[in-house]
Amino acid sequence: MLILAFLLAGALLGWRLRYRRRWLHAADRATTTAVFLLIFLLGFSVGGNDAAMAALGSLGAQALALSLGALTGSVLLVWLVERWWLPTTETDEK
Amino acid sequence: MKSSLLILACFLAGLLGGALGRVPANWSIETLTLAALYALLFLVGIGVGGSGGAWPMLRRAGARILLVPLGVVVGTLLGTAVVAAFLPGVGLREGLAVGAGFGYYSLSSVIIGQLRGEMLGVVALLANIMREMFTLLATPLLARRVGRLAPIAAGGATAMDTTLPIITRFSGNRYGVIAVFSGLALTVLVPFLVTLILTAGI
Repeated sequence: MLILAFLLAGALLGWRLRYRRRWLHAADRATTTAVFLLIFLLGFSVGGNDAAMAALGSLGAQALALSLGALTGSVLLVWLVERWWLPTTETDEK
Repeated sequence: MKSSLLILACFLAGLLGGALGRVPANWSIETLTLAALYALLFLVGIGVGGSGGAWPMLRRAGARILLVPLGVVVGTLLGTAVVAAFLPGVGLREGLAVGAGFGYYSLSSVIIGQLRGEMLGVVALLANIMREMFTLLATPLLARRVGRLAPIAAGGATAMDTTLPIITRFSGNRYGVIAVFSGLALTVLVPFLVTLILTAGI
C-alpha cells in the first residue's frame, strides 16, 4: 500500500506542475530510466535464481495463455458494449 | 514496438548478468529494487497528475465513453480468470494480477515482481508485452471483422501511445479520442488494481 502513497504524492505534485512542461518532460525521462533499471534488476534476480531460470519456458507458456485470455475477454466484452450500448458510434460517422 | 524490444533487451541483459555474475549480498539488490520502484511510482504519479488537462476531453465525449475501459477491465479479468482456472500453477489472484497490467508491462511487472516474487513478475512482463504485440499484428483484422472498438479493447493501456497509430489507421481518426481516453484510464488504473488484487484480504 506504500506503493500507492508514492503514486498519489506524485500525482499531487504533477497536478501542481501541470503547466511546467520542462519539469514534466524531465519526469518523463526519469520514468524511462527507472523502468529500464527495474526491468534490468528483475532480469538480474531471475538470472541468479536457478529455479526461475529452469522454469523460464513454462513461465513463457503461462504468459502466452494469460495474454490470449485477456485479449479474447476484452475484445468480446467491448464488442458487446459496441453492439448494445454505443449504437451511435457507427451511424454518426460520415 | 521499438520500446518493448528495448525492454526485452534490458531484461535479457539482467538475466545474463544474474546468471553469470556473482550475485552480491541479496539485500542490496532488494533495497535498490524497492527504492527504484518507489521512485518510479512517484514519477508515474507526476505524469498522471500533469496530464490533468485530459479531463475536458472526457466531458466532450460524454459519460458513455467510460463503458469502453470498463469493458476492457471486466473482459480482461474474466478472460484471465478462465485461463487461470485451467492453467496448472497459476492461481486466480495471480492470473488476475497479470491481466490487470492491461499491456502496461513495465509498471505491472515490477509491482508484481515486488509483491509476488520474480517468477510472476516475468509472467507479467511477457504476457503484457505479448498483448501489445498481438494488438499491433491483429488490429487490421479486428477492425474489419469484429468492430472499430476491438483494437482499442485489445490494446488496453497501450491504446494511448504505442498502439495508437495503428488503431487510428484502421479504425479511423474519430476513434483516436476514444483510444487515448480508454488507454489513459487503464494506465492510471494499473498500479491500483494490481496492488489491490494481490494484497486485498479476501
